[in-house]
Formats: sequence, C-alpha cells, structure tokens
Amino acid sequence: MAGGHGLALKRPSAIPGFGLALGFTLTYLSLIVLIPLAALMFKTASLGFSGFWEIVTAPRTLAALRVSFVISFIAASINVVFGVIVAWVLIRYRFPGRRLLDAFVDLPFALPTAVAGIALTAIYARNGWLGALLDPFGIKIAYTPWGIGVALVFIGLPFVVRTVQPVLEDFEREIEEAAASLGASRRQTVFRVMLPALMPAILTGFALAFARAVGEYGSVIFIAGNIPFVSEIAPLLIVIRLEEFNYAQATAIAAAMLMIAFTVIFLINLIQAWQRRRFAP
Amino acid sequence: MSDAIPLDLDFATGDRARSVTTERRPVRIALILIAVAFLTLFLLLPLFAVFLEAVRAGFGSYWSAISEPDAIAAMKLTLMVAAIAVPANLIFGLAASWAIAKFEFPGKSVLNTLIDLPFSVSPVISGLVYVLLFGLQGYFGPYLQSHGIQIIFAVPGIVLATIFVTFPFVARELVPLMQEQGTQDEEAALSLGASGLKTFFLVTLPNVKWALLYGVILCNARAMGEFGAVSVVSGHIRGKTNTMPLQVEILYNEYNFAAAFAVASLLALLALVTLVIKVALEWRFTDQIAASRRH
Repeated sequence: MAGGHGLALKRPSAIPGFGLALGFTLTYLSLIVLIPLAALMFKTASLGFSGFWEIVTAPRTLAALRVSFVISFIAASINVVFGVIVAWVLIRYRFPGRRLLDAFVDLPFALPTAVAGIALTAIYARNGWLGALLDPFGIKIAYTPWGIGVALVFIGLPFVVRTVQPVLEDFEREIEEAAASLGASRRQTVFRVMLPALMPAILTGFALAFARAVGEYGSVIFIAGNIPFVSEIAPLLIVIRLEEFNYAQATAIAAAMLMIAFTVIFLINLIQAWQRRRFAP
Repeated sequence: MSDAIPLDLDFATGDRARSVTTERRPVRIALILIAVAFLTLFLLLPLFAVFLEAVRAGFGSYWSAISEPDAIAAMKLTLMVAAIAVPANLIFGLAASWAIAKFEFPGKSVLNTLIDLPFSVSPVISGLVYVLLFGLQGYFGPYLQSHGIQIIFAVPGIVLATIFVTFPFVARELVPLMQEQGTQDEEAALSLGASGLKTFFLVTLPNVKWALLYGVILCNARAMGEFGAVSVVSGHIRGKTNTMPLQVEILYNEYNFAAAFAVASLLALLALVTLVIKVALEWRFTDQIAASRRH
C-alpha cells in the first residue's frame, strides 16, 4: 500500500502530508524491518520442512533451545516475584533513597549488555566478590547455567517493575477499604483482591522479560561458560553457525526461536484477555 | 503518589500510621529491605564493579587503555554509527507518528504493531537477517561483490543492524503522545493560513519536543551500546569495524581485563548520563511525555 493509494483510503482531513508521511513510513519500515525478516522466512522455506526439522531436532540445537527457553522462563518468574515487590515498595512506601532506587530500575535498559556481562562475571566468578564468598560452599555461578540465570534476571528486571508500577499507582484505595470493611484481613485483600487485578500487568511484564531473555546474547555469553549441551544458549549457537558460514543452520535455529517465542507471547496474550474478562470492573 | 503511607521511622510512635490500606510495620520494613537488597545485588553492585575494576590497575593504565589507537577508533566508530542511526530513526519516528496520530486509515493498528516488531527479535537475529541479504552467500551478496560494495563485515552493515535494533524507540514515544494531543492545534494553525511545513515546525514539533528528546536519548543509548546485532555483522576488524562494546569483548577475551573494564566504564558512564537525563525529563515534564510510564 503506497502513499498515493492511501489517500483514497483515509478519511478526509484538513491536515496535509498524509501521502508523504505514510509513504516514507512504509518504505522505511519495509527496507529496514520487513524485507530483512522476509529474507529470514524465505531462507527457512527454502530448506523445506524436512531440512528445517532435521536442523532443529539435532541434539545440540534442541539442547540450546531448551537452555534458552527454560532459563528464560525461570529468570522471568524470579523477575515477577521481586519485580512486584519492588514496584509495591516504590509506589506504596516512603523511605530515604526511594526516588534514586526508582531511577536505577531502568539501568538494564541503559547499560550496554556487554558491560553488564563482564561486570556480572567479575562479581560471580570464583575469585569475584560474591563468587569467592560462595565458593567455599561449593556454589558456582559464573560459567554454569546459574550464571545465565543471573544475567537474564538482570536484563529482565525493569520490565515487570515498569508494567506493574502504573497499574498499582492507579489502583483505587476505595476497593481496598471496601475489602477491609467487609472483614477481609490485609493478607486477603492483597492476595484475593489486589494481585488478581494486577495480574494482566504482571503477565505483560513476564512476557516482555521472557521475550527479552530468550533473545539475549551480550550479557549471557561472558558469564555462561558456553559449554555445548550445558550452558550454550540458542542465540550463541546461531552465531557459531554463522561463523562456520552455515547460513542454513543459523537461519533454521533463528526461525525456530522466533516461532516458539511468538507462540509463547500469543498464549500469554490469550491468558491476559481471559484475565481481563474475568476481572473486568 | 501523594496518599502513600509514610514509613514511620519514629519508633516511639509504633504502629500509629497503620491503616487498613497498608501492611503492618514489620511487613513494610521487610518488603523494603527485600527490594533494596535485590536492587543492590542486581543493579548497583554490577555498576560499581565496572568502575572499580576499571581503575584497579591505577589511573595511568586506565588512561592508556582508553587513549590507545584501537580504543579511539572504536569510540569514533560508535559515535559515527549513532550519528547516522539516531537521526534516521528520528525522521522515521516523526513521519510514522504524523501518519498514525493525525489521520485515520485502515491497517493502522497493524502498522503500530509492526513498528514494535524489532523489539521482539533477538539482537543476533537482527544481525543475521542482514547477513542473509548482503553476506557473501546472501541474496544480494554476489551482485554487491561484483560491484565492489561491501556491507557485511563493514561499516554499512553495522549501521543497518543498529538502525534495526533501535527502530521503534522514537516512534513509540511520539505516537501515543501525538494521538493524545489530537489535531486541533494543527487545524487552528492551518485555518489561520499557516503552511503545512510551518504548522509542523512551529506547532507540532514544539508540542512533542520533550517526548522527542526522551525517545532520542533512549535510542542513542541503545545505538551506542548494541552488542549482539553489531557483533554478527561486524567481522571484528580491529581499528576498522570494532565499536566500543565489541572492543570490550576483544580486550576481555584477551584477558586484558583492566583495559576491557576501562572501555566498559565509558559505556557505563554513558548509561548513567542517559538515566539522569531520562529521570530529569520524567520529573520535569511528566505530562508532556505521555509514554514515559509505559515501557
């Protein structure tokens, strides 16, 4: 749909520049995003289903996908628990340093992932600040799947906090008072009244953190150890295949990752829609 | 915000501040401690580690690490890539928000969704798609090679990959704000005889300037810090196709930790400056940055 045709489709308006703005938008979107992504799909299709299936079900690929999706799921779940607590504390309570802490929540958005990766490795390596404390107990974090988890918790942290915060801020006190006046304990009010209402936001935060974690590369590769079948994530396997100039395998793994990720996000959207209907005011 | 319950730090008064809409005092204190401990462990400690590791070998070696030719070349490339990618996505953001916010047309919500698409694609895949198009074995690879044009393992590929990963930043700040503002201001200007361009520069742009700056700041931070996508298309040629994050990786993999953290500390500083500007904009112009609470 080019800008020129769009003119006939839009509702009449006194404001000029529709054709130019939409034409530029669609051209730029196509060149930068749509055509490159179409190339990925085209390349995947050219492998044929059996070719695609063979690559994706190869043991090393399956192991990498499992590492990526399972650890991302765990990390996003940890982010839900602590993200809700952080959002709750930042919105509901007043204490010294609150605004500073609030500002720092966005650090993972701003800090380049490679920097985060080497910093976390420095902290959790055996001779690192925390690694040295844990080592006598036989707990190893860096260069194990736990290290991947730590990096993914770091990069997913802002998503849950930032999606829950505005909803919690707008939550009407009257509803809590009503629950209390009807005899609910504070615990019941929080768990039976407030958390269900926050659930769509929490799920959105979970989905965003999960999607980000699955694709994450920079912060993970430094701390993961990158041992095939143990701590090798799917994005790293794509890079390895590309370095071998094995475009077919790289593409198939990428397509599988995108398909699984979109399916998960779609399912979460369904749950959310169901939640919204159920808890609609 | 204003009706939040203050944490009563005066112990003599006990549970005086308690009402039915807040938790018991011990619960409040415990939750605050958990939140503070979690954020300290996962956010402040890594940030602190970057700066401490950077200067641990002394300021002399810190200075030589960030002033050696490869580091300088990496900084120049990073600045150059951002100087292309950010304005490109800024112009796109303005065009997209103008079309989406000021007009009604079919397929608008699809367009809105497509703009956010790059955020749900792994950075590695963002690089991969350009390799598939322009790499030696890519769809346009042979053609480009026969004409002596190199995109992959060269600067154009780095720019393209950076534009891809920072694609939505400006648009997603501007679209909701301009939708909220509607078209009355523009219609008034036009009916008073202003030209379309004049209306855009004197009415629309001033209305969204803080949201624009907000989007640009976030876009710039990501453009300068992007690692995965750039890593795939760069080829890691020292002094030529190494951006600062890639330089950090190379130094780190050579066990030159002090130098790696020195370059990393500059990127961390960039992140801190970004956060300060972001927070300042949010505190000062909350109502003029519609999307600031929505990440």
